[in-house]
Amino acid sequence: MKLFRFSSPATFYPLAGKLIPFFWVLTALCLAIGLYWGFMETPDRLGGSNPQKEYYRIIFIHVPAAWLSMWLYLMLAVWSAIGLVFNTRLSFMLARATAPTGAIFTFIALFTGAVWGKPSWGTWWDWDPRLTSELILFFLYVGYLALNSAIDDPRRGDKASALLAIVGLVMLPIIFWSINCPDPNQCAALHQRSSLSQMEGNILFSMLIMTLGLWMYSFATILTRVRSTILAREGDTSWAKEILEKEQ
Amino acid sequence: MSDILSQGGYGAYVWGAYGLTLILLVAEVWQLRRQRRTIFARLSRMVRLRARGDQK
Repeated sequence: MKLFRFSSPATFYPLAGKLIPFFWVLTALCLAIGLYWGFMETPDRLGGSNPQKEYYRIIFIHVPAAWLSMWLYLMLAVWSAIGLVFNTRLSFMLARATAPTGAIFTFIALFTGAVWGKPSWGTWWDWDPRLTSELILFFLYVGYLALNSAIDDPRRGDKASALLAIVGLVMLPIIFWSINCPDPNQCAALHQRSSLSQMEGNILFSMLIMTLGLWMYSFATILTRVRSTILAREGDTSWAKEILEKEQ
Repeated sequence: MSDILSQGGYGAYVWGAYGLTLILLVAEVWQLRRQRRTIFARLSRMVRLRARGDQK
């Protein structure tokens, strides 16, 4: 299988090294376009009868970060599951490398939500289902990282934290349905429902391009982190020594 | 330009959100660079120590 060839850290390390610069270029490009478009080409109001004022522009960072917080958690759990099933070292390393970036985006989603909530809802925080479940997601990331580093043997730490990541998957549908439920009365009381189809075109475009930018940023940082992990854990091998001589 | 900065009087909220995001992302990238340097330094120290051991 060709795919499994890259599951070896020795072949993945140089491949990741080649990909990282492309992801950085795409990150810069997407974020530049997204920010320019989001601040220069969009209307000053969002929504119809009771529009949000200029503070709605927090959306260009809030929604992409919140989406990424969930997608990266899914990636973390999938790498963990693959690691447990196939016992591949690289899968665990990728899971471990995904968690810090995911935790940062979860925190960004919570923080930008708070500074958006103050002008639009009149409060920084409320124990609304969407806000609460996203906060639990943040604690899951932190718990995963804490458990992973609390166990001295990295392989045992990987397996224990992988189980936690998979159990934590239960939060994703809860977060999703907290604003996307069929009956509006059952949904989150405060947090807006998802309404992509009614969104003004320029706002939607900026938001999507910012999302793409944050994806590219995630790939760049996760691959950088996994390369460090590979070197740290497998630095004793002969191929790692070659890299050391080449990259010094 | 001042229109962009003031954001209709909500500049503190909007730029506060973007500012913290920028700080966190820059901090993450800086931490990644530092981590990489630390690992390289440790590994090359190990290689040197071992090379010295071989000569004896």
